[in-house]
Amino acid sequence: MPDRSNVNIAVLEDRAKFIRTETVRLTKIAGAGHYSSTFSCAEILSALYYAQMRIEPAKPDWDNRDRFVMSKGHAAIGLYPVLADLGYFPPAELDTYTRLGSKYGDHPDMKKVRGLDFSSGSLGHGLSVGVGMALAGRIKGLDHRTYVMLGDGEISEGQIWEAVSSASHFKLGHLVILLDRNGLSIDGHTEDIMAIEPVHDRFASFGWDVQRVDGHDLPSILAAFDALPRGTTGKPQCIVFDTIKGRGVKRMEMSLDWHVGNLVGEDYDDVMAELEAGLQPYEPEPAE
Amino acid sequence: MTTEMQNEAEIFRGTTEGKTVFKDTRSVRGTPRKGMPAFVLGEELAEMAKTDPRIVVATADLASANRTNDFKDVHPDRFFDFGIAEKNMITAAAGMAASGMVPYVATFASFASILGAEQIRTDCAYPRMPVRVIGTHSGMSMGFYGSSHHALEDLGMLRCMADLTVICATDANHLRAVLRASADHPGAMYIRLGRGRDPEVYAEVPDLTIGKAIRLREGTDLTLIATGSQVRAALDAALAMAADGIGVRVVDMHTISPLDRDEVIAAATETSAIMTVEEHNVTGGLGTAVAEVLIDLPRLPFKRHGVPDCYVEVGPPAALYAAYQLDAPGVEAVARDFIAGI
Repeated sequence: MPDRSNVNIAVLEDRAKFIRTETVRLTKIAGAGHYSSTFSCAEILSALYYAQMRIEPAKPDWDNRDRFVMSKGHAAIGLYPVLADLGYFPPAELDTYTRLGSKYGDHPDMKKVRGLDFSSGSLGHGLSVGVGMALAGRIKGLDHRTYVMLGDGEISEGQIWEAVSSASHFKLGHLVILLDRNGLSIDGHTEDIMAIEPVHDRFASFGWDVQRVDGHDLPSILAAFDALPRGTTGKPQCIVFDTIKGRGVKRMEMSLDWHVGNLVGEDYDDVMAELEAGLQPYEPEPAE
Repeated sequence: MTTEMQNEAEIFRGTTEGKTVFKDTRSVRGTPRKGMPAFVLGEELAEMAKTDPRIVVATADLASANRTNDFKDVHPDRFFDFGIAEKNMITAAAGMAASGMVPYVATFASFASILGAEQIRTDCAYPRMPVRVIGTHSGMSMGFYGSSHHALEDLGMLRCMADLTVICATDANHLRAVLRASADHPGAMYIRLGRGRDPEVYAEVPDLTIGKAIRLREGTDLTLIATGSQVRAALDAALAMAADGIGVRVVDMHTISPLDRDEVIAAATETSAIMTVEEHNVTGGLGTAVAEVLIDLPRLPFKRHGVPDCYVEVGPPAALYAAYQLDAPGVEAVARDFIAGI
């Protein structure tokens, strides 16, 4: 396990900032990237990898490590810097991001990215992967957890609900959904495009334990993690994280224009400066 | 009527076992526990799993129909019924494989391959997971259950996926050989089976190398390259033609991808003509794969035989095989016409 004796809220805030600034930097290399979907889950990723998951970066194949499946694979741009920072691979490799022959594409490939537990990109698959990992862990007598990050728009995919049923049926209490409830899919608000509310009740009615917390408030995130039961049976666990798509950059917050984008020149510098200043209180745009 | 597989009375007959009391001895119920000699799937995997702790088996509400029940009886802790949720089953198998297991997941070929195509590609083949997707009741062997339950496109769809081994089991002993060879085969596999009553080609478990065809009969006038259910029909056709002095080589091209190019080249250089025979749409399957090899060689007479590019008629399987000339007399007739026209 990495030494976590110095990990505190300030450290996790700093790593969330690092996830955002690296996302902006890597997007510039690519010429396009998924900013806002990554910003919404920056605090969740920070808390997960720096405080919560049982991992040993020196042993990425350790059988009893916790698994993480980034089912919303388009947010991999925020995961790569974390994996590099933890020592899975040299951070300098990130400079190749998306260039010909790079290990690091917009959607992640487990055969190329050291420390990545599964490939993703096609939405709706990741929870099934997690079901399989949790079943395999049980067969092997291991006690690791499997975390799966889902996008909120993603849960419109039917396969998600096949997996939700099976996790409950197989009593996968060591399977944890991290739902990034950032409110937007590409074409608009989820409730306008394809409603998912009441999302808490949907998961609960399928036999899952559900928590719902502010996904940008690190103490709340850690408290939700602490509330997860131990053991490899019982109700599967879902944490609905209410988040803000594009959180951290004013022009992107809850904007439909920034699912994919590219910032250069002064715009790049402005956004980097804004991120360096840390999260400011969220102020919704007045309705037009 | 080549074999018992085309005896309609055998095809859908259930069992008289169970609580129901019948007044007429011809009445049946449900799915038989026995009587599908080619479905050695469950028992063979159960045997393998006794010494291989990586093996797990799953199905999608068809444990009885495909006899994965026979595995469940021996290894209940390593068997999972995912219900009618094939996509979840295939992807979950990939998740298990990522954690060191070797999962065999079985359902009707139509659902395994067509419904599950993206899961096979994106979650099994692309990350090179050792998942074995087993499609049973392939081709039109579901007969009058109709085109929703037929898989006449699976070979074409799946053989164009990189890093996916596509293989057709010929009969019970061949299936045993395929399963034994699969345990340590790298990457994902699609294993295509018939309906469990497939006629015998191999009296014993054959020596089998994945990707290497098996030459069953020699001849120089024509090579029949067949796969799956059509190997027996091709052999019987060759036997009948031999009586008239026509020498027919018969090749069991069990592995569709990667194709045994050398065996195709040998047929093209050592025999006078080639005809492929498959229970599959002539577009995209074995015939197309063989044609892709032949296109780079000097021309020789070549014919694809299979289901024409259509959804087949409703009918009992035996009637369908006869109607589409995919029984032994049909294959023989098509082959004779072909070489007569050369």
